[in-house]
Formats: sequence, structure tokens, C-alpha cells
Amino acid sequence: MPENCIYIARSSAIAARALAGEMMVMNSADSTFFTLNEVATAIFQAADGRTPLRDIVRDQVCEQFDVDPDEAHADAEQFVAELSSHGILLVSSQPLSSEAP
Amino acid sequence: MAAAQKVVCVEIGGIPIALSTCDARFLDLLRQRYDGFLSSSRPEFELQFDLTRTGPASDDDVRVRRDGDEWLIERGDFHARWDPRTGRGSVRQNANPYSLDSVLRILHSLILAQRGGFLLHAASAICDGRAYLFSGVSGAGKTTMTRLAPADITLLTDEISYLRPSAEGYAAFGTPFAGELARAGENCTAPVSALFFLEQGPENRVDELSSAEAVRRLMRNILFFAEDQGLVEKLLATACDFVARVPIRRLTFYPDARVWDQVRKFARNFQEVPQHA
Repeated sequence: MPENCIYIARSSAIAARALAGEMMVMNSADSTFFTLNEVATAIFQAADGRTPLRDIVRDQVCEQFDVDPDEAHADAEQFVAELSSHGILLVSSQPLSSEAP
Repeated sequence: MAAAQKVVCVEIGGIPIALSTCDARFLDLLRQRYDGFLSSSRPEFELQFDLTRTGPASDDDVRVRRDGDEWLIERGDFHARWDPRTGRGSVRQNANPYSLDSVLRILHSLILAQRGGFLLHAASAICDGRAYLFSGVSGAGKTTMTRLAPADITLLTDEISYLRPSAEGYAAFGTPFAGELARAGENCTAPVSALFFLEQGPENRVDELSSAEAVRRLMRNILFFAEDQGLVEKLLATACDFVARVPIRRLTFYPDARVWDQVRKFARNFQEVPQHA
């Protein structure tokens, strides 16, 4: 799947709370728990199912955190793959409706 | 004709639950196991036990999920249903006391989650009128801390701490759920003064933890089994509230009695400094 047509959305089966600059995320299906750093939090919060991942990385990561675009894209794809494997994020080549409450 | 149900009321954490059975020997087991937590209070909840053949507790993972309006609680050695609307439930299990403990712990975890409390893998004890919690992975030193406690310390549990919100923060209650110490806690309560995450090391020291790290460690040690979106959201909110209201530290300790001097020193210093200065 070309990276420019990846869409991501937050699952509805999670609970999330921001605390001291980090995002706490818990999957209600299996009680797995994750804490996201600032960069990951920015991607997670922008995961509306309509904005392509490349745009999220460009607008939310590269601009705010002054990181190399290629490196940011690679890290974002790895992060998205990991969270999607745990059911935290939904990934599609088509726009998604965000399930987040 | 069906045999008559006999009932004992077991009150843990201020929540009285009626446990009923037709089996006289199982009734004796209930009375012995929860001696010290038997109550004459009016039960808030009821569990009726139907015994299968005797067998060991199971190592299977427990599943706790909604089935319509009821909770369905299952493991290899028990099958339980509980309706939170009526407060009534039934349990089909063998007479193994460990299965019994597991069912009760899960039921309490469901009740507490709704009320802003939780069960925590932690030893707890009352020192100078305040409760201190000692949490950590297996082998971190929970039971060791209770074994090293001076004589004036009141043991609440060496394994599963029971926590409920209170007017001044959170209160810890004694539980009959024992770990390696094989001794039930005292049936009493005290306001929580601090939670320490234990690590063993060459010296005794107390270190700060960031709020995020505190929540991370807390969530790792809360007993929670339910596959339920609403309860998970409540639990995470409770954990964040607990971290905001209770001092949480890392306690590195060398396993001898001097670690309790460190706990008392922390308590004295903390009480002298306003929490939100």
C-alpha cells in the first residue's frame, strides 16, 4: 500500500486520557495499556480517518517537532503498524469514519 | 425437595455480599476462609453457589464480559453470572477455596470500577493511622515488606489491596486475600498516605515518579478483567485521579527492617510539606 493513501482512525474500543504531555491509551478488549510520547500523541489525536497519514506527519509532526520528514514518515508508519496490531488504530487505503467517542 | 440454602455475609471493603450454598461443608469453608470479614450488615449483593465435583483451581485466563444485562465470568474452574441491576448472581464452581477467592475478587473489581475504586496488586499496612501501599511485580518485595514490618504496623494485606475514594482522597481496606504470607489482613481501614512501587537494591531510597510513569505502573498492577468499554474508561479516569491525589514514589529497598524507617521518614517529611505548595 503506498504510504500516501494510508488513512488512520482511532478505534472505539479504547479509553484515552492525556496526562502531563503523554497520552494514556487502554484497549478495552484485552486491557493492554500504552503510553504515547508527544509525537505519537500528535499522530493519535489527528487520526480522524479522513486525513492521509502523510498529511498528518507533515502538518502535525514535521512542523511542530522539527524532525526530518523521511525519518518522521518511517517512524510514523512503524508506530501506526504497532498500534493497529493492538487494535488501537484502524488503518485503511480508503477514508474511514473515526470510531472514537 | 430442594435443600435449604444457608447464607453467610462477607463484608470486604465495606461492601457486604451474601454468599449462599446448600452444602454444609462449603458453608464451613466460607466461614473459616473469611473469618474476620463475616458481617451482620444487610447485604448489598448476593451470590448463590452451586458446587461441582472437587478439583484444583485453573491456570486458564479468566474472561469477564457482558451477556445482555448480566456479567458472565468464566474460567476453567468456575462459571458465574451476575446481574448488576438486581445485585444477584450465581456461581457454578468446585469447592476449591482459590476458585472462591477468584470469583469474589472479580466481583469486587466490577463493583469497585463503577464506584471509582479498584483492587491493586500491592501489600498495604497502617502505620501511625495512615495506610501505605507497596506494589510491584511478583518478587518485587510485597510480602517481604509485610514480614519486615514492626510490631505496631497493622497489616491490611500482603497481596491484594482494596482502594475506594473517600472525602480526603482514597481509603485502603484490609482484605482476606493473602499471598505468600498466607495470613489474612486485618478488617480495618485508613486513609491512604502514599503508594510505593517496590524495587530491591543495595540501599533504601525514595524517588519521585512522573505522573505518566505513575499511571503506567498503576495500570499495570490494577486487577481488572472486564472486556467493557465503559468500565475501562472509568478505570483509566480513576487511575489518573488516584495519581493526582495520592503521592506515588519508587521505593528502592534493601530487605531489612530499616526500610520501615525510610517509610516513616517519608511520611514525616511529606506531612510537614504542604502537598500542593
